[in-house]
Amino acid sequence: MKTTGTVTGIVSNLVIVEINGPVAQNEICYINLSGVNLMAEVIKVIGKLAYVQVFESTRGLKVGMPVEFQGHMLEVMLGPGLLSKNYDGLQHDLAKMKGIFLQRGDYTDALDYDSEWEFTPLVEAGAQVTAADWLGEVPENWVNHKIMVPFVMTDKYTIKSVASKGTYKITDTIAVLTNSKGEEFNVTMVQKWPVKKAITAYREKPRPFKIMETGVRVIDTLNPIAEGGTGFIPGPFGCGKTVLQHALAKQADADMIIMAACGERANEVVEIFAEFPYLEDPRTGRKLMERTTIICNTSNMPVAAREASVYTAMTIGEYYRSMGLKVLLLADSTSRWAQALREMSNRLEELPGPDAFPMDLSAIIANFYARAGFVYLNNGSTGSVTFIGTVSPAGGNLKEPVTESTKKAARCFYALSQQRADSKRYPAIDPMDSYSKYLEYPEIQEFLNKNISAEWHDQVMKTKNIIQRGKEASEQINILGDDGVPLEYHDRYWKSEILDFVVLQQDAFDKIDCNTPLKRQRYMLGKVMDICDTSFKFDSFEQCSTYYKRIINVLKQMNYSDFQSEEFNNYEKELNTILNERKA
Amino acid sequence: METKAFQRIYTQLTGITKATVTLKAQGIANEELALVHGRLAQVVKIIGDSVTLQIFSGTEGIPTNAEVIFYGEPPKLKVSDDLAGRFFDAYGNPLFGATEIEGDPREIGGPSVNPLRRKQPSELIATGIAGIDLNNTLVTGQKIPFFADPDQPYNQVMAMVALRAQADKIILGGMGLSNDDFLFFKNVFENAGALDRIVCFVNTTEQPPVERLLVPDMALTAAEYFATTKNEKVLVLLTDMTLYADALSIVSNRMDQIPSKDSMPGSLYSDLAKIYEKAVQLPDGGSITIIAVTTLSGGDITHAIPDNTGYITEGQLFLRTDSDTGKVIVDPFRSLSRLKQQVIGKKTREDHPQVMNAAVRLYADAANAKTKLENGFDLTEYDERALKFAHDYSEKLLAIDVNIDTNVMLDTAWELFAKYFSKTEVAIKNELVQKYWPN
Ligand SMILES: Nc1ncnc2c1ncn2[C@@H]1O[C@H](COP(=O)(O)OP(=O)(O)OP(=O)(O)O)[C@@H](O)[C@H]1O
Ligand SMILES: [Mg+2]
Repeated sequence: MKTTGTVTGIVSNLVIVEINGPVAQNEICYINLSGVNLMAEVIKVIGKLAYVQVFESTRGLKVGMPVEFQGHMLEVMLGPGLLSKNYDGLQHDLAKMKGIFLQRGDYTDALDYDSEWEFTPLVEAGAQVTAADWLGEVPENWVNHKIMVPFVMTDKYTIKSVASKGTYKITDTIAVLTNSKGEEFNVTMVQKWPVKKAITAYREKPRPFKIMETGVRVIDTLNPIAEGGTGFIPGPFGCGKTVLQHALAKQADADMIIMAACGERANEVVEIFAEFPYLEDPRTGRKLMERTTIICNTSNMPVAAREASVYTAMTIGEYYRSMGLKVLLLADSTSRWAQALREMSNRLEELPGPDAFPMDLSAIIANFYARAGFVYLNNGSTGSVTFIGTVSPAGGNLKEPVTESTKKAARCFYALSQQRADSKRYPAIDPMDSYSKYLEYPEIQEFLNKNISAEWHDQVMKTKNIIQRGKEASEQINILGDDGVPLEYHDRYWKSEILDFVVLQQDAFDKIDCNTPLKRQRYMLGKVMDICDTSFKFDSFEQCSTYYKRIINVLKQMNYSDFQSEEFNNYEKELNTILNERKA
Repeated sequence: METKAFQRIYTQLTGITKATVTLKAQGIANEELALVHGRLAQVVKIIGDSVTLQIFSGTEGIPTNAEVIFYGEPPKLKVSDDLAGRFFDAYGNPLFGATEIEGDPREIGGPSVNPLRRKQPSELIATGIAGIDLNNTLVTGQKIPFFADPDQPYNQVMAMVALRAQADKIILGGMGLSNDDFLFFKNVFENAGALDRIVCFVNTTEQPPVERLLVPDMALTAAEYFATTKNEKVLVLLTDMTLYADALSIVSNRMDQIPSKDSMPGSLYSDLAKIYEKAVQLPDGGSITIIAVTTLSGGDITHAIPDNTGYITEGQLFLRTDSDTGKVIVDPFRSLSRLKQQVIGKKTREDHPQVMNAAVRLYADAANAKTKLENGFDLTEYDERALKFAHDYSEKLLAIDVNIDTNVMLDTAWELFAKYFSKTEVAIKNELVQKYWPN
């Protein structure tokens, strides 16, 4: 029997419920407000009183209204049909909601109960299986969506029977399993999982050892993200966090993209709704929407559901990882999630930590990032969840709790600089402050040298050094004046400017420049580094800057041309002519 | 709002603070309104039979035996076409002794639009101001604030923008507006013969600050009526959102909430986002565009109010007085309309994006030259030309008193390019130079 209760107190979206039976921490309940069910989650229990956070506005709620507890935590439905869907933070399908305005309690189904799927079994009766083992598959868009032993079934089971090839609905039984006691379990194509718990039904989680190509040069070349790795993008408003994440969503070498729009602008999600059904995945030529699922809790949607939205997204990511897919999870912005935690913690009158955030903020963030990763599944195949979140630091100051906590948890740090954004040097990732810890992993270094070029890692380090020295030279020039420094300083500065303009800067809105495959990155970096290694003769600093500007201009034209097209080759010839003019 | 016959009257307060009163009452709904000692109040907390009400105009002089009458419903606004041409206070009561309007009562601060039902904003709003139309083009369904120091003429600029914007309705939400500024808006709208397109909700400096918390929701409820029911293009002006946020902090301080940065409530981001996100392009052609004012103190944009605003809105327009020309300009460096990409070069002439970028780049060269000058370094001949260009650019284009069509702005920019620079220095795509470079 379900535990029930009645409302005894209301403080904004924190509601106090007197209960008549057992409830669990994080258990879900529904508050009945004159016929409308409002979903809520238990966050504290004292004696007979459960404190619940309501995922909706509590306007009109009265003391005495009935509450029904559900006996489970916040769960998501996992099964075929998740791809291409647009969900709210609690996995309700936005497309199924009625009317223009969101209505409280309009909880739509996450999956379609009527649609039919072409099932092909992958096991036979008699086989031994456990949680996450593949029982069969159905085609979903272009993915072979694996139907698995539900993650909660962690015992050992024997397959009693499995459905034959054919069409089934998600709730049809496709396999019957028996455990050691002879008890039978019917398995369908859909299972549920509590979002706050990591799905760990895999064999092993090694350190990431491959990189994930994103087509963004300043990431791939200078500070690559590993497949199954973690990264974050902090930056003041307007510096390009969202544009960068959208670029990653469009271009990254992933099988599936999950975008969690967490407390940000609705119009930015609308842009995705409008573009992704038409834009093509550069690798497969399929429409981007076919590989994308959107979890959308924009800033005007209920605050409490914001926290849930990132967990919903992560759980769906882990589910697809268990099928052996490469998943990229993007969340914009994790600061909004932290702020939601802060609001609730304040309402609970908990002892506040720095900037009034909850004391355990660091732990919560670390826990979440730890769910990403590259894994070996039970059957030996591999899957991954790569996670990149944005952080919106108050006042653009990186010394604040969310940035600092995230820095401890994430391995790549892509700091957007206000100065670079102001001078339109996009993407405004600061080349000096940013880092990828993966570059320090021997296994990643080996991967890079094997897959890009033999000396790649050294070349990247050298590139960073040139940028650093260029920056120092520019500081000297600013202090002492153009004439006050040796000509060599100008030369050094301009060489780093070539790297800046040609490798670091990248126009996210140009059809060609927006996406640079690794092969092209290798070619262009080689080209630029050759120039950096060459000595040129100049009589004056004006001559030096004019000359390098010409070089930059031609190289930029190359960036805007199709790789090794006639146009590209012509610019390259022009470049060589220019270079020969002044070779020392 | 009239009281109804069956309403129960309470006369025993159990607690009074600066902002709230508490009493024992039953069957009360969260966020419903009440009248306490003749003052409007709203339920903010219920624990058992103990109900806490926030009194909008403050609790000064309220006795423990004050009369409390509950309305049984949250704040509402009666909406109908009668709203047009009318002036209201923060509660939606008509000003100047006008009669109550008839209409369908709607809850204010209602739910938001399903993101999937929104359309991408794509319709240009022309204002005649080059600092906006040329450099930071506005689009219907956008939300954007002016960031301005208190001494800048932001209300004048906003009134001008509103009148030129060709909106079907202009809804003014005035918060902490000085009476002079309120009368200014009223006069401008009257003189322009635009009164039938205007709706005003005003809280002036003479009225209690907390009352202004109702203003944006009132204005936006009216806006939603015209945008959804009438499919109209509605422009909402909110001035000054800094004073709105100040009222939020007053309330949260009085209710003993833990403040976060700059003594603002921790929920400031969500509170502001709920307002700004009402800006929307609707599928049937209606739209709500929000132009707001956020006054800065000492130009500091890292303060929690402008900072959170920047994270919410789709760009910002900086007003600044140009020391060269003495004119108020829309600062081309720090201003940004994030939705301009949707329209420039598509709904405007093809050369728009390139001309805009080139002009700002050359203006930046002038700024560098100025810094050089200030640091005592010599200027090159190019620097001299850049400085002259900057002067003309500021006077003929950036100044907010210039009122011209976008094509004229583009032509003017080409003229200035040709006057001061060579074609290579301007560095615009050859194809466009051939077409537009003045001979
Ligand atoms: N790579 C890029 N190329 C060209 N323009 C860019 C690029 N990145 C950002 N921009 C410009 O900067 C603007 C703001 O970028 P974006 O919306 O990504 O900022 P943000 O960091 O997400 O800001 P917020 O924190 O307010 O959400 C864009 O509208 C665009 O004009
Ligand atoms: Mg953003």
